[in-house]
Amino acid sequence: MSIRDLVLEEIRNVAAEQDKTLPPLTEGLALLESGLDSLCFAILVSRLEDATGRDPFSSAKASEFPHTVGELIAFYEPLHA
Amino acid sequence: MPDAATLRGLIALGGAGAREISTRDHRLDLADFAARSAFGAARRRFAGRSVVLAVGDMAKAAAALIDLDGLARRILLCPPGFEAEKIAGAAALVEADGLAYDDEIAPPLTLDVALPVRLPLAPREADDAPRLATEWVLPTSGTSGPPKLAVHTLQTLVGAIAPAPLQQWATFYDIRRYGGLQIFLRALSGQGSLRLASPAEPIEGFLDRLGELAITHISGTPTHWRKAMLSGATGRISPQYARLSGEIADDGVLAGLAAAYPHARIEHAYASTEAGVVFSVADGRAGFPADWLTRSGAVELKLVDGALRVRSSRRALRLLGPGAPALTDADGFVDTGDMIALRDGRGYFVGRRNGVINVGGAKVHPEEVEAALNSLASVRAARVFARPSPITGAIVAAEVVLSDPTAAGRELEREIIAAARRRLPAHMAPAYIRFVADLPMTDAGKLRRHG
Repeated sequence: MSIRDLVLEEIRNVAAEQDKTLPPLTEGLALLESGLDSLCFAILVSRLEDATGRDPFSSAKASEFPHTVGELIAFYEPLHA
Repeated sequence: MPDAATLRGLIALGGAGAREISTRDHRLDLADFAARSAFGAARRRFAGRSVVLAVGDMAKAAAALIDLDGLARRILLCPPGFEAEKIAGAAALVEADGLAYDDEIAPPLTLDVALPVRLPLAPREADDAPRLATEWVLPTSGTSGPPKLAVHTLQTLVGAIAPAPLQQWATFYDIRRYGGLQIFLRALSGQGSLRLASPAEPIEGFLDRLGELAITHISGTPTHWRKAMLSGATGRISPQYARLSGEIADDGVLAGLAAAYPHARIEHAYASTEAGVVFSVADGRAGFPADWLTRSGAVELKLVDGALRVRSSRRALRLLGPGAPALTDADGFVDTGDMIALRDGRGYFVGRRNGVINVGGAKVHPEEVEAALNSLASVRAARVFARPSPITGAIVAAEVVLSDPTAAGRELEREIIAAARRRLPAHMAPAYIRFVADLPMTDAGKLRRHG
């Protein structure tokens, strides 16, 4: 599964578990307008860490955090430093 | 801090400039309190009473506090989300005989004198009741069992506040919790205004509003700040001062704030409802200088078995209720339960001694979650622990021994999470489950905790 598909699938899984309704997941969608709250993001990041073995949030400055779905996918791409 | 005696006195200290407290939905002009009240002419009916304050919008809480301080014998300050059952339990402990409730919400209980908090303010009578040293009763943020109530007075609450030049304050906090209450009192004793969030106001909208109002000083938890950075809207404000408290501030969030606000002074503060404001750290690094553990002064620290104890005049006076434990040890130190690790001349907060998990500022007792999991037919035993999270500090994780070990799988994991969510608030339900064959016990036959 590509990183992109993995990230989108986990977003949908977490939203379903937490009873959140998602708008269509486009690259440009702002994460904060996705309907997910801080707890959902925390769960999402832990699931992605389990799936990819990486937690880019912990090594990044908070000011470098992604703001959109596209940036979130890029954040987990292997080339991301 | 000069002796201002009551909140009205505190406001007067700050001077007569144009000052207000505002949420998105309400605006309080502080000068109006001289002749008006959120209870109108009925305000004096609370004289000498022990009053439960349970409202929605923070502007109403602020107005009622200003009205009640010095008039009521006690104020029980109910934080948002304090359920009716907890309000009733706490009301009994404070011997409540008055209720200040939100005019837009049904009263949560019945008491002798019940008055709605209404905005805008309405004309009131002149002050003729004797001025009391009102006790402020704050529930601590624990989530299980009967609420633990800490008794403060205005004097203990303002102990860390020094006279300051003009500051325009905002906070992500709720002013009904200790961290937010400190900002409320700072703003009232200063010369400026205070901007607060309305219930369910999106963070970007709040930051936009704060930007238009040109706030200069702002506080929140590390989780609030991470969320603000995640929103990409930190640039809507340009504060001179940004403060973090309520959770452990790590180097990541401090560096993020320093990058977002390169010209601001950034401090992380350590405080608790029981111990009061303990210290603020302004050097941009996580933790605090270890030599603070040995210095003398208004606030003294010591470590006992790795946990921080604090002796301070800003602490609560006592805990309330029959059978409430003593607040301090024999030497007058409050045991915070916060574990400290010493490394390279610095003290670092590493978690709670009793294993309470802090999920974005909300405390979760593992035992409560374990009880919910253990009530499921598919679960034989559960152990709940914190999994570190760069977003909320921690999330709740569980190790589960199944009744039928062959049933283990992603499907059952989802079922158990969903079942826990039906029984518990979202932040308490495990986000992550690991199936294990057995759970370790201590010699005393108790579940062995992580760490």
